[in-house]
Amino acid sequence: MAREMSGAEIVIQALIDQGVEDIFGYPGGAVLPIYDALYQQSKLEHVLVRHEQGAVHAAEGYARSTGKVGVVLVTSGPGATNAVTGLTDALMDSIPVVCLTGQVATHLIGNDAFQECDTVGITRPCTKHNYLVKDVNDLGRVLHEAFYVASNGRPGPVVVDIPKDVQFALGAYQGKTNARHKTYQPRVKGDQQAIRTAVEALAGAKKPIIYSGGGIINSGPQASRLLRSFSDITGYPVTSTLMGLGAFPAADDKWLGMLGMHGTYEANMAMHDCDVMLCIGARFDDRITGRLDAFSPNSTKIHVDIDASSINKNVHVDIPIIGDCAHVLEDMVRVWKARSAQPDKEALSAWWSQIEEWRGRDCLKFAQGDDVIMPQHAIQRLYELTKDRDTYITTEVGQHQMWAAQFYRFEEPNRWMTSGGLGTMGYGLPAAIGVQRAHPDALVIDIAGEASILMNMQEMSTAIQHQLPVKIFILNNQYMGMVRQWQELLHGNRLSHSYTDSLPDFVKLAEAYGGVGIRAEKPDELDDAIKQMIDCDKPVLFDCRVHKLANCFPMIPSGNAHNDMLVGDETEVQQVSDEGKILV
Amino acid sequence: MKPPQVVESHTISIIVDNEPGVLARVIGLFSGRGYNIDSLTVTETEHEAHLSRITIVTAGTPMVIEQIKAQLERLVPVHEVVDLTVRGASLERELALIKVQGKGEKRVETLRLAEAFRARVVDATTESFVFEITGRSQKIDQFVVLMQPLGLAEVARTGIAAISRGADESLPID
Ligand SMILES: Cc1ncc(C[n+]2csc(CCOP(=O)(O)OP(=O)(O)O)c2C)c(N)n1
Ligand SMILES: [Mg+2]
Repeated sequence: MAREMSGAEIVIQALIDQGVEDIFGYPGGAVLPIYDALYQQSKLEHVLVRHEQGAVHAAEGYARSTGKVGVVLVTSGPGATNAVTGLTDALMDSIPVVCLTGQVATHLIGNDAFQECDTVGITRPCTKHNYLVKDVNDLGRVLHEAFYVASNGRPGPVVVDIPKDVQFALGAYQGKTNARHKTYQPRVKGDQQAIRTAVEALAGAKKPIIYSGGGIINSGPQASRLLRSFSDITGYPVTSTLMGLGAFPAADDKWLGMLGMHGTYEANMAMHDCDVMLCIGARFDDRITGRLDAFSPNSTKIHVDIDASSINKNVHVDIPIIGDCAHVLEDMVRVWKARSAQPDKEALSAWWSQIEEWRGRDCLKFAQGDDVIMPQHAIQRLYELTKDRDTYITTEVGQHQMWAAQFYRFEEPNRWMTSGGLGTMGYGLPAAIGVQRAHPDALVIDIAGEASILMNMQEMSTAIQHQLPVKIFILNNQYMGMVRQWQELLHGNRLSHSYTDSLPDFVKLAEAYGGVGIRAEKPDELDDAIKQMIDCDKPVLFDCRVHKLANCFPMIPSGNAHNDMLVGDETEVQQVSDEGKILV
Repeated sequence: MKPPQVVESHTISIIVDNEPGVLARVIGLFSGRGYNIDSLTVTETEHEAHLSRITIVTAGTPMVIEQIKAQLERLVPVHEVVDLTVRGASLERELALIKVQGKGEKRVETLRLAEAFRARVVDATTESFVFEITGRSQKIDQFVVLMQPLGLAEVARTGIAAISRGADESLPID
């Protein structure tokens, strides 16, 4: 079955055999043979980005919105180093990406050759795994292994570094096989005894909560369906991390909203007071737990994760279950239906009344006047005007991201792409490009901040070239709002370098790129402007001028417990502890 | 209920593919996540199978030790991670080469102690000895301390090699 081909042809063939249709890349000396092979075929399409970081984020958006592996092709040296932020982002958020990097010829490695860098050394800590292929005969096998590693177990980015002489060399192509990997065989099926114990604990709960995360999305649509059925048959409330939004429908009565630092009052209070917690596909991140020693102090904790190293990392759990979310949920639904213990109906209804009381606090309320557009209002209007369409949302990082998470309501998985773990400003536009590429007819919107968007603004040019009509909805408050908010709360309102002076005229900027610019400055202009954006068949930069000093609430300041949160209606802002100040 | 937070020393044996970068992956994990390395040894053990054994002595709370093992296990080239400390009776040995310089009375005392510790003389001049000593690390520590007043000049230690006692359930016997 082995055929003689050049390394570059092997790359193309392996990608085709993996079912790849689109790759995101940027050429350079060390990948010219691969680009040449790309030129001479018609199965793979290439999206030319304007910066390699953009290529990785685009691949992430593509992967996150389709469930497929995103593919990146960049050159050696600066091409590889520019990709590092994207790779780290994909690692933190468990996004399957295969990134092919060119490398100087094998005999030059270690000589400080032109555009040489130690790519495997630099990317070792920011990939799930990486390879340097020195023999063309290994290339096919390594490429297929890279896809396997990227997409199995907890997904993540994999780098394959290919020296230029290997791209030219002739060798045998090893096709895709179904052979078991000799060492990496993640466990997908959960331990049955642990699942039974977990279901018993859940059935005996008086104040249960399901805390779900991005692992549900990674596990695939079936996991989301099973999460819904598990919540339906139990009647238990569900909250989710930033990464897990959409896995459970926002329209469901049992949905408490997002939890964590900018989560809802009801979700955080319920987490704090619950007696049994089912954490599924989430990792007790510090944005979620707040002060660790006060985190949900009286609960029995069940943790389902495909990655054993996530278990007992930050929080000690009582019932760990290592396995894939969909597999474990399927078993839990089955065991629940066959169980003996009946839930305490009275206790549950008391728990729901308590939750209703917390909901009554209406923690996301804000006042919209006639003069200035409130950022929350802008998202609400965007949601209302786009919810009945085939819409995908990406974000940048900052207040706008949190408002998007709070006010845009997701009913389905894979519709929400955001940089959670790394918090990478500049993620949203290239991610939107990747999403649009995978879903050409969908409405893809990057909810942006004026500071973040400038970090990968150049990708507007990519969108124009490839006719990807992404919509960039900028909540322009002229500040790095999230930084300003922390400075207000923690640093005596000394706004050190958080005002973005000399901003470009975004309408003109859009036009300069060949796109369309729209501006809204008053609340009464907003709806029409949004409709105009939706109807436009080109990339749009929407400059939505919002209140400059609005803060994002609720907020659990670093170092505080879940039940110790700031809600917007409190005029008095309490002191943040010194211990909390040192936390990010 | 939180587990006790006492720091324990564990000897962890990691069987890995003998491929470039595998040691960097393992020690990068330790430095990147702030774990301790008290001793580290690595060599190819099965040439045909391309396997190496990395033996690491580390210290941490039980929660951290569990983390270390889980983190190691998910590295792609790792075949097996064995916590020899948890497995109970395991053998640990270290080898050291120790140079002692001195004259007269001290030399006699040096040789007497070396004999008591079963340290072999592998090189000698009129002014120096090089001893080879193997044993548990504590024994070597002790010998080094005793040599200090007698003219200890240099110490080279291999780090710990460790293995479990008895037949191994995880491996087939044929
Ligand atoms: C690459 C990068 N650099 C710095 C930061 C730190 N940071 C987090 S939010 C933020 C401000 C974002 O400002 P903007 O995009 O205008 O969003 P806003 O908070 O105003 O909505 C900064 C600087 C980051 N997250 N990413
Ligand atoms: Mg801003």
